Amino acid sequence: MKARLLLDNGMIFEGENFGADGTAFGEICFNTSMAGYQEILTDPSYAKQVIVMTYPEIGNYGINKDDFESSRVSATGLVVKNYSENESHYKSYIKLKDYLKQQNVIGISKIDTRRLTTVIRESGAMNCVITTDELTDEIKEKLKNFSIDKNITKLVSRTTAEVIKPLQEKSNGLKIAVIDCGIKKSIIDCFKNRGCELTIFPADVKSGELLTFDAVLISNGPGDPQDATETIKTTKELIGKTPIYGICLGYQILCIALGGKTYKLKYGHRGGNHPVINKQTGKVFMTSQNHGYAADAKSLPDNVTITYTNLNDETLEGFSCKPLKIDAVQFHPEAAPGPYDAQIIFDGWIEEMLERKSNIVDRLRKIFVKRG
Amino acid sequence: MPKNNDIKKVLVIGSGPIVIGQAAEFDYAGVQACRALKEEGISVILINSNPATIMTDETIADKVYIEPLTIETFEYVIKKERPDGLLAGLGGQTGLNMALKLYEEGILDKYNVKLLGTKIESIKKAEDRELFKELMLEIGEPVPESVTASNMEEAQAFASRTGFPLIIRPAYTLGGSGGGIASNQKEFEEIVYSGLLRSPISQVLIEKSIAGYKEIEYEVIRDANDTAITICNMENIDPIGIHTGDSFVTAPSQTLTNKEYQLLRSSALKIIRALKIEGGCNVQYALDPTSSQYYVIEVNPRVSRSSALASKATGFPIAKVTTKIAIGYRLDEIKNSITQKTAAAFEPALDYVVTKIPKWPFDKFDHGDRLLGTKMKATGEVMAIGRTFESSFKKAITSIEDKNTGLVRKKYTSFSDEELKALLTIQDDRRIFRVAEALSRKISVEEINYITKIDKWFIYKIKNLVEFEQKLKSEPLTEEIYTEAKEKGFLDSEIAVLTRKKLEEIEEFRKEHNIKASFKIVDTCAAEFKAYTPYYYSTYNEFDENVISNKESILILGSGPIRIGQGIEFDYCSVHAAWGVKEKGYEAIIVNSNPETLSTDFDVADKLYFEPMNIENVMNIIESERPYGVMVQFGGQTAINLAGKLDKKGVNLIGTSLESINLAEDRKQFENLLHALDIPQPKGRAVKKVEEAIKTAEELGFPLLVRPSYVIGGRGMQVVYNIEELITYFNSALKFSDEHPVLIDQYIEGKEVELDAVSDGENVLIPGITEHIERAGVHSGDSIAIYPTQKVKASMINTLVDYTKKLAKALKIKGLMNIQFVLKDDVAYVIEVNPRASRTVPIMSKVTGIPMVELGISTALGQTIPELGYKPGLYDKTDLVCVKVPVFSFQKLNRIDPALAPEMKSTGEVLGVDTSFDRALVKGFLAAGYKFDRLNGDVMLSLNDHTKPQCDEIAKTLVELGFRIVATTGTHKYLKEHGIPSKEIEYFDIPKMQAHMKKKQLCFIINTPSTNANAARIGSENRGFMIRTIAEMYSTPCFTSLDTAGAYLKALKFHNSYPNLKYDGITEYRKVCTLV
Repeated sequence: MKARLLLDNGMIFEGENFGADGTAFGEICFNTSMAGYQEILTDPSYAKQVIVMTYPEIGNYGINKDDFESSRVSATGLVVKNYSENESHYKSYIKLKDYLKQQNVIGISKIDTRRLTTVIRESGAMNCVITTDELTDEIKEKLKNFSIDKNITKLVSRTTAEVIKPLQEKSNGLKIAVIDCGIKKSIIDCFKNRGCELTIFPADVKSGELLTFDAVLISNGPGDPQDATETIKTTKELIGKTPIYGICLGYQILCIALGGKTYKLKYGHRGGNHPVINKQTGKVFMTSQNHGYAADAKSLPDNVTITYTNLNDETLEGFSCKPLKIDAVQFHPEAAPGPYDAQIIFDGWIEEMLERKSNIVDRLRKIFVKRG
Repeated sequence: MPKNNDIKKVLVIGSGPIVIGQAAEFDYAGVQACRALKEEGISVILINSNPATIMTDETIADKVYIEPLTIETFEYVIKKERPDGLLAGLGGQTGLNMALKLYEEGILDKYNVKLLGTKIESIKKAEDRELFKELMLEIGEPVPESVTASNMEEAQAFASRTGFPLIIRPAYTLGGSGGGIASNQKEFEEIVYSGLLRSPISQVLIEKSIAGYKEIEYEVIRDANDTAITICNMENIDPIGIHTGDSFVTAPSQTLTNKEYQLLRSSALKIIRALKIEGGCNVQYALDPTSSQYYVIEVNPRVSRSSALASKATGFPIAKVTTKIAIGYRLDEIKNSITQKTAAAFEPALDYVVTKIPKWPFDKFDHGDRLLGTKMKATGEVMAIGRTFESSFKKAITSIEDKNTGLVRKKYTSFSDEELKALLTIQDDRRIFRVAEALSRKISVEEINYITKIDKWFIYKIKNLVEFEQKLKSEPLTEEIYTEAKEKGFLDSEIAVLTRKKLEEIEEFRKEHNIKASFKIVDTCAAEFKAYTPYYYSTYNEFDENVISNKESILILGSGPIRIGQGIEFDYCSVHAAWGVKEKGYEAIIVNSNPETLSTDFDVADKLYFEPMNIENVMNIIESERPYGVMVQFGGQTAINLAGKLDKKGVNLIGTSLESINLAEDRKQFENLLHALDIPQPKGRAVKKVEEAIKTAEELGFPLLVRPSYVIGGRGMQVVYNIEELITYFNSALKFSDEHPVLIDQYIEGKEVELDAVSDGENVLIPGITEHIERAGVHSGDSIAIYPTQKVKASMINTLVDYTKKLAKALKIKGLMNIQFVLKDDVAYVIEVNPRASRTVPIMSKVTGIPMVELGISTALGQTIPELGYKPGLYDKTDLVCVKVPVFSFQKLNRIDPALAPEMKSTGEVLGVDTSFDRALVKGFLAAGYKFDRLNGDVMLSLNDHTKPQCDEIAKTLVELGFRIVATTGTHKYLKEHGIPSKEIEYFDIPKMQAHMKKKQLCFIINTPSTNANAARIGSENRGFMIRTIAEMYSTPCFTSLDTAGAYLKALKFHNSYPNLKYDGITEYRKVCTLV
């Protein structure tokens, strides 16, 4: 069946439908990862976005039960060059096509994705519509009026708190509170597998509930960070009272909460090959990225240290604020999809938390000893 | 860590002659390295024995030594030049082994030379099987259960414990030479034996076979600051069990999930860090198709064939970056030359699919063993880029330049399904076509996967292509179907056959619907950033990104994959042609399909098209670019073969016209021309039937040279001495050339001489004339050749010059030409005229200093030789003498007769250069790997009746030098009659001879092949053939021409008296001129 993709700038791309049918709106963005379409599709940060995969052969290994980043597809559409009708992988239990149908997500293939990518690169991020119907005036009108819901983080966040416990023999005793703005499963796993217990709260959690933990993590998520007003407010209340870590949207929220500014990138960073340089060691590692907004380095207060920058465009990729016990990164150390190089960041954070904890224990012990 | 400023002068090691497993990729790497050093202001000294390379050009390094790659040469040069650093990692296994030797002999320390890049300890850890295994265990990376054995007993103990199949890999060898898979005791013993022999340290690794696993490779690179990145991963379509050089390969991997991709990527980075590699490195994995279990198979701690492929597949210049790292730079300090903005510290993202297919020499070696295993047999490879797997794969098949371009091939249609399934189990070069045939018969993907272990994904994709062929056959051709066919990579010629239409009709259809190829850029980043690379590939039904400049352009046709008879020399010519065209103020555009070469480096020409060398693909480029014209004379026979088709399409062929090309290539026309010019040539006829052949033979008399018409490298050419041989040949020759007649010529057993010339249509410049050591009858590519001639009279030289002038004028040659003569009884016969650049152009350019290709370009564009500042005629010679010695790769190819013949068999060549013939000859032999260290021991003589009467001098010299002659019955008898002592050895006593060679009792063998065609050429049971093959196996030199043997003895004698050689730069040799 034919399907069409209409961009906000009026360009139309025609292709074939391979997922659900219907009409879907979203912000168009491209991802340059050569593998990992399953992780990308199920990453909640892609909510209300139409994803263009720049690698042309998609669907090759089907969909398996181990590589979901959430229980559903948050993106509204998938655009590819060549959909592989016949997948081959021992773990695959369903074809990508059928999974998209199940999730009611439109897939469109036979698109000149390289051309489309170039257009996005040159014209910047924009809205689009994919449809298996005719491109009626009504649809065009709807596209003009389309905007991403300001409440988007709440839409992808869970509604009730949930506790994730590590395997008992692995436990390191740390208890971390997580603000779920659309968290990826891999982030949870990275902490859990390192022995942390996580309590995951909905995005609109009140700061008071979070102070009894060893640290707070603000997760990744979709949308403009400035729209996440409630979480920003909560974060402001937390600053200085508890160590805070942030990933992606969480990092942007921390930037705003510290008084800094964020801005929209022309077409964002999405892929698994973004070089990030550690400002201390000069070492470069490849990171998985997925963000359309960036933190403005100059807007951050003086007590903030820049930890990482992007080697491609020199945008800010990480900062820390030692006195306020804040550390955050723009990229995705949990990868999924992408390289594992940055997973050492979790090790660093956990070590830091453990150290603080032992210091506290030491201090308390000293106090108790004094009081004798 | 910026550049290390202590390094001011660097010695670079080249990889030597082209052999299977070590080809043009190291010329590409070497040139990048030299340029990367020079742009830093570092003085570059280069040693390489291979004169056909671009790296040995004086413009590439500051001083070029074309000298043997021996320890003596290196010590001499190091002592003289005092370099600060040694760059070895870009010269293949040869370079690495040389660096190890120089280190072990203390030469590096003695002269305070720093080994740049990866350190000795790291090289050892990666190369030594036992050390490597230990390291892998230490860092927790899985390796297959294995043992390192230094003798048969150790090997046997492991085999007895684990059972078969087992993989045997010798340590420190290139292309897996000497290795293999053993599935029984007999094979095991044989492979272990030859493996121990081939390994310079007599060590083999024996491991449990994991055949059937997916074979995945990672190209990784690390700097001294420990930043490590992956350039690209590759998935072999053929599972583990076939050498990666012999496998169909895709980039990136197609069937791996992200987790699997990252699992192996992390492992590769862990390994490169543990080994502390500084520069590029290749890690090979076996991945279980049904679990996440993987094994590390091999690590190459250097730039390799795979890294050349990865560079071309991604646009990331691995060799260049490796060199920058070697002199101290960090990855983030090196610029990405494609985006010109971002840094080299990034991982390329591909938005296309790359397919690599090997080019095997089996079309040449009819009787060769086509089975593929752990020992590489391909001489070259092609790469294709497409926006889908289907188009990429299909284009790669086209690029191979086989007679057929399609997937489903006639020759398998006659087999029954059961036979076909049985054939599918055979791993050889034809398997993929059998898979296609099986699919066309609806044999299921599952069953094919079960038999071949090729991943189902690839089989499904091939099925798409096969089914589409059916669709084209059965449905009317609509615009939609045609477009889909083009998107899938089908050629118009294939569509014509499948739709039972004429090609012209299809072309008309295409024009009517205005369906054109569009071009996309290879940019390393999947369009994320704007790219400035002029590196393109074609696609259909997509946006055309091609940027056509206003500048007038010239398209240079490359030479396609490296094969015997058409090697790196033509890449030298293509690259120089690009430079020449640029110099003339035109935009230079190159099209080629070979990823190993420098010509497909995007910064050689102004624009590069990575496309098949097929008329349709070339025409697509021409239609898009509208160039001023096309240069066909620099891309060997591949390019010349396109000349007629291009001309027909109205394309301007620059230089020598098509008429002239045809005149030189068409036998009848050429014969008439020579007759008109009063130039002698061997008499001959073209015949189609055996009766005609017999009649012709009676007319011309024996011996005769027979060959099929229109071939590269003398394929199927043979000397026959009697009617019986003629008939045998004729009957077997017909099967590979139905349409073309067989050519029968008088065989004149004289001295062969050869020359290359530049002509402007009026004037001719002849840089020099070379003389062959072997009498006519040995292919010129396999002959030892001397420049300048040593035994040709001045009057004869004048005749040759005169003939050349006449021919150039008559053929209206504008550009380069090559003429081969045979001299006998003061008559010069013309054997062949090639109206194009020949194999010897690079050598002649270097030894005479005449930039032949540049002059060829200028004359083709209309300038005259005097205008270019050269005096027409034969160029003055200097004291420089050079000897070209061919190098063969028989150890890689089973069941191929190593005997020299009219058909070319060598894969590469070396050059000995000096100021006297003897010294140049000695150097030539040394460079080709011959040794002069033994002056006693046995030499075996086994001669045919034809050559027995010519052997006296050689036999006497052998005795004189102190050798003992061991001769087979007939030869023994002959020698006895002529008073030369020898010990008789039974001709049929092969095991005894084998034992002799095994114990190294035999220094070398002189064996002239039996003239009985039934035996030597056809039947592999022939004893002479067996002796020669066993000699290859035991690396015992075997001379099959008395002339070669004579030259070797001459060199041996000279070297014995004057063992000390001096070495110098090629420019310096040329400067010496004591003659007036």
